[in-house]
Amino acid sequence: MTKKDKFGPPFNPRGKPLEANEMEKIPHIRAKAPAKYAWAAGTAMSRFLEELKNGKIIGRLCAQCDRVLVPPRMFCERCFKPTTEWVYLPGTAVVETFSISYIDQNANRIKEPILVGTVAFDGAPPDCGIMHYFGEMKPEELKIGMPVEPVWKPQNERVGSILDIKYFRPRKK
Amino acid sequence: MRDVVVLGVGATAFTSQTPEVNWKELMYDAAVKAYADAQIDPRRDVDSFITCAEDFWEGFSIFDEFTPDQLGAVMRPMMTVTGDGLQGLANAYMQIKTGMFNIVVVEAHSKVSELLTYEHVVEMAFDPIYERPLSAERNVHPYYVAGLEMNLYLHATGTTEEQCAFVAVQNRRQALSNPLAPYGARIGLQEIYRSGYAFSPLKKWEIASRADGSIVFVLAAEEIARRITKKPLVYLEGIGWSSESPWISARSADAGYARRAAQLAYRQAGITDPRRQIDVIEVEDRFAFKELQHLEALGFARPGEAGWLAQSGALGLDGELKVNLSGGSLGCGDLLEASALQRALEIVLQLRGEAGARQVPNARVGVAQSWRGLPHGTGAVAVFARRD
Ligand SMILES: [Zn+2]
Repeated sequence: MTKKDKFGPPFNPRGKPLEANEMEKIPHIRAKAPAKYAWAAGTAMSRFLEELKNGKIIGRLCAQCDRVLVPPRMFCERCFKPTTEWVYLPGTAVVETFSISYIDQNANRIKEPILVGTVAFDGAPPDCGIMHYFGEMKPEELKIGMPVEPVWKPQNERVGSILDIKYFRPRKK
Repeated sequence: MRDVVVLGVGATAFTSQTPEVNWKELMYDAAVKAYADAQIDPRRDVDSFITCAEDFWEGFSIFDEFTPDQLGAVMRPMMTVTGDGLQGLANAYMQIKTGMFNIVVVEAHSKVSELLTYEHVVEMAFDPIYERPLSAERNVHPYYVAGLEMNLYLHATGTTEEQCAFVAVQNRRQALSNPLAPYGARIGLQEIYRSGYAFSPLKKWEIASRADGSIVFVLAAEEIARRITKKPLVYLEGIGWSSESPWISARSADAGYARRAAQLAYRQAGITDPRRQIDVIEVEDRFAFKELQHLEALGFARPGEAGWLAQSGALGLDGELKVNLSGGSLGCGDLLEASALQRALEIVLQLRGEAGARQVPNARVGVAQSWRGLPHGTGAVAVFARRD
């Protein structure tokens, strides 16, 4: 007889999953976290959001490392120097990386996958782009290095949000 | 072991709202000033960075993800201390003492104007099973705990309400000579009484208003600092911190957390008679009575004596004890975790002789004390000194 047999069935460290109604029987307290905030966008991002309303992409130049920072910042995180100039960019961009998302926020599988990724704007270096959606393409057409352009919401629907851009689509030749 | 000095300090002005900048730009402003003061380039000279922040104050999960850029800390050792500015300084102190790093930056800030539900976030610090339901049931502001503590303190020491009101008058007046302080005022006891009970026996104007701001400290090993500057150095001679049990009903009447933290710091700094040895004192006064309680906990007065000192004018630039000449939290505002660094900043300015109209002549040794605020009993004490 082994030691295990002597003490009954082997201990299962995984136990058994709790059912929802079993959870209700355990003494517990329910609470909400009523934490609400209103963050100032700041000097640089306020201008960026304002320009989105105008259908324009704007950045800030760091004279030290010669990078145009998009989204704009009032200081360069690499040089630790103030940025010096506002620079309008054409808005066209290149896909830096992407992923095709098949799972929604509640962890359910979705039929129409969501195309997400980061883009680097023409006129700015590859390491300071933004994240966004892709559209007007099949998932299998999406490639790293692909030239894309923003699709804007109609002017009267823009509110100064990153969502004023609906998505990026393949650039017309 | 090597000694630790303050190589540079920088701060934004403290103000009730800062809609013109985001939190990164606010921190950057203080950092630029501190690095200029320390005569260093953070990208080249700083070995490690520490911010003091609590995710719920900020509204971000994992707030330390968002701190490197504005401090010059990208691709460097960077950490967040979920504690106040003095606890941040304690971590920097140890990092330097061990010999692991030579120059360490500590930042603390408040962007509390952007927290729309301050009272609720404070309430979330209460025990969720025994205490929070009581606040929720009758929708009571969580500062009632300050009323409980004040009542207990008055009862235990014989301190009077008038003596506490005197602190509120004095600190707001002293804030008028601190250009960083937003809440300076020339008021009398009558105005404190007229403000009415908020949480009896605590009156409305005995409670510090909140403020935004950022403060940055650059600490360095003594031998490294000597290579950088010829200016007289301010030494961090000792630092301690301590926490009481969170049970509100078990809380001491004498700010035991501050007493214990002071013992730790005093032992390192060789302070045996604080009243005689320490020239400038900054103690936490988010609620006016707290200044008196903390002065007693730090050994500047016997229990019940601090109120008499306040009333007799002994706590001020012309008094025997130079207490909260910066205006304290009543004058500078409640800066969340940064209030601790505001106290340390005042001590450094005083010891350097840079405190302007409120300068204590020949200040050589100073103490800064923090308290993390309601509902908990956590505090820290730091002793600074000139050795030249
Ligand atoms: Zn740069």
